[in-house]
Amino acid sequence: MKLSVNVCNIRLSNPTILASGILGTTKALLKRVAESGAGAVTIKSVSTEPREGHKNPTVITFDAGMLNAVGYSNPGVVAAAKEFASLQDVGVPVIASVIGTQKEDFVRVVAGLSGSEFSAIEIPLSCPHTPGFGLLAGQGTPQATFDITSAVRKATELPIFVKLSPNIPEICAVAKAAEDAGANAITAVNSMGPGMIINIEAQKPILSFKVGGVTGDALRPIAIRCVYDLYKAVKIPVIGVGGISTGRHAIEMIMAGASAVGIGTGVYYRGIEVFKRVCEEMTLWMEENGFDDVNKIRGVAHD
Amino acid sequence: MIEQPRMVKICDIWDESPSVKTFFFKFDLHFDPGQFVMVWIPLLDEKPFTISYIRNDLMGVSVLKRGMFTNALHNKKIGDMIGIRGPYGKGFGLQTNPDFCVVGGGIGMASLATVVDRLNDATIIQGARTASEILYQKRFKDMNLCTDDGTTGFKGTTVDLFRKLLTRRRFQKVYACGPEKMLYKVVELCRNHGIECEVSLDRYIKCGFGVCGQCDCSGQRVCVDGPVFNIKELSKMKDFGKVTILKTGARVVY
Ligand SMILES: Cc1cc2nc3c(=O)[nH]c(=O)nc-3n(C[C@H](O)[C@H](O)[C@H](O)COP(=O)(O)OP(=O)(O)OC[C@H]3O[C@@H](n4cnc5c(N)ncnc54)[C@H](O)[C@@H]3O)c2cc1C
Ligand SMILES: Cc1cc2nc3c(=O)[nH]c(=O)nc-3n(C[C@H](O)[C@H](O)[C@H](O)COP(=O)(O)O)c2cc1C
Repeated sequence: MKLSVNVCNIRLSNPTILASGILGTTKALLKRVAESGAGAVTIKSVSTEPREGHKNPTVITFDAGMLNAVGYSNPGVVAAAKEFASLQDVGVPVIASVIGTQKEDFVRVVAGLSGSEFSAIEIPLSCPHTPGFGLLAGQGTPQATFDITSAVRKATELPIFVKLSPNIPEICAVAKAAEDAGANAITAVNSMGPGMIINIEAQKPILSFKVGGVTGDALRPIAIRCVYDLYKAVKIPVIGVGGISTGRHAIEMIMAGASAVGIGTGVYYRGIEVFKRVCEEMTLWMEENGFDDVNKIRGVAHD
Repeated sequence: MIEQPRMVKICDIWDESPSVKTFFFKFDLHFDPGQFVMVWIPLLDEKPFTISYIRNDLMGVSVLKRGMFTNALHNKKIGDMIGIRGPYGKGFGLQTNPDFCVVGGGIGMASLATVVDRLNDATIIQGARTASEILYQKRFKDMNLCTDDGTTGFKGTTVDLFRKLLTRRRFQKVYACGPEKMLYKVVELCRNHGIECEVSLDRYIKCGFGVCGQCDCSGQRVCVDGPVFNIKELSKMKDFGKVTILKTGARVVY
């Protein structure tokens, strides 16, 4: 059974990738996730300066997924460069997630991380709940996406993954702008919303930021649709993220057109072992259905 | 399970010391000694506290007044509401052998209190800055006390007192909670004496259920893999006793 895939010439022993913002705070945790079977891992997004993020509660769950407004807490690029040194120890490709309030910030963070052995740079232009970043800074428009991606393109030789929001009706136009600016892959999608959950006894929203991005099961059909549309809209590979926690979900995402699949909330549903389990379940399904190579199911849902 | 706070009424408040109060509330959960809950004050913040009492159908958390959140909690009155979610984490592995000792430094004693409740005949070592800060004086008899200023008990640290006790007593197991420098030394002593040991660690906790990565200690998530770790686990955790991680994710040396 062949589970290995190639994304922008990065070889992944299997298509599962740890999504940004889940456990990617330290090299030790990345290593642990790699040992639990992930094909690649993404670090928690890094900005120029340290950020404390929002106050707690920052992450809660509900019947159909998770709501989070962590607020991009991170130690800043200088400390991150120290933390994520000698990345070959992790054992699988490591993707840097880089954020900024303006395109110069992205460039500065990319430069600051250039001494580390990252395999790719991901730029989320799509967070729905952090003032100054992503959607709340207008980074999700085709023009802004083009400008930021172009700036990062000049700053690095590494493959660039542009991470998009599921909220944007013209997601394909944004993806094309990224492709035109030199992006090597699209990561789709970030959390949707924002949404809100109110505790009716407290009569107040639970998240301290009041609103937060929706992920997990509730997001999956939307993520599948986005990847399905993007597969046709751009030539570069698409990494499908959103609600994946089983082998069947991963197969579905790959059938929609994904070259690899990101897993975040799935870590909550099934523990860190989710990566290994998803791979086992994919293998089983492929055996039962007469496939010997995961690459052969990519995009089969299309006419 | 859905990870959202449930609002409960504060039924009782006890003053344990000038800086520590215990808040009691009704919460029908099963929990193991050493597990913690997240306490939420709407619109303010939400922080981890170990269950320190089970009194009939009431649970209690003993809270040291420290910063913004714990000050706000100390201002709560009986009848006020707080949010609770949990229990979280892996608690202490309780064994019924008689020769065990708990070593609590400061508010760390709160995490050990239900261990003492569950096991009879515990040898208790409790250390505090000064006499008035000693916790649970009526609750537990015959504690081996020490204070930094010598106002009660032995003048010195819990580690000194524990070392002294080891010269005339043998223990099979030690449970400890307190400042990490202290825990590090307790673990060293236990290792040298061939005593089993479990300690409860403190790291900045956000989600409480193992996804955000904030409370990492050398690849272990304190909120779900801990907060209690044994000697064997600790020996693989390079950060133990040396490095903690702030709210931003920045690493700082103890
Ligand atoms: C598993 C666990 C169990 C705990 N049990 C108790 C207990 O039973 N009683 C008790 O009084 N305290 C306990 N604490 C510590 C308690 O959570 C902090 O004292 C409290 O959060 C301080 O908040 P503050 O706003 O008052 O102070 P701040 O001024 O915000 O912080 C003071 C110090 O408290 C620590 N702290 C702050 N926020 C957190 C957080 N979210 N998670 C962990 N540490 C934090 C930091 O070291 C900080 O330097 C426990 C911590 C952990 C990790
Ligand atoms: C707690 C949490 C924190 C996140 N932090 C980030 C982040 O820092 N950067 C980012 O690009 N995406 C972040 N995300 C979004 C995820 O990477 C992912 O796109 C989203 O959760 C959808 O996938 P899932 O349904 O598998 O979780 C975060 C998601 C969660 C749940």
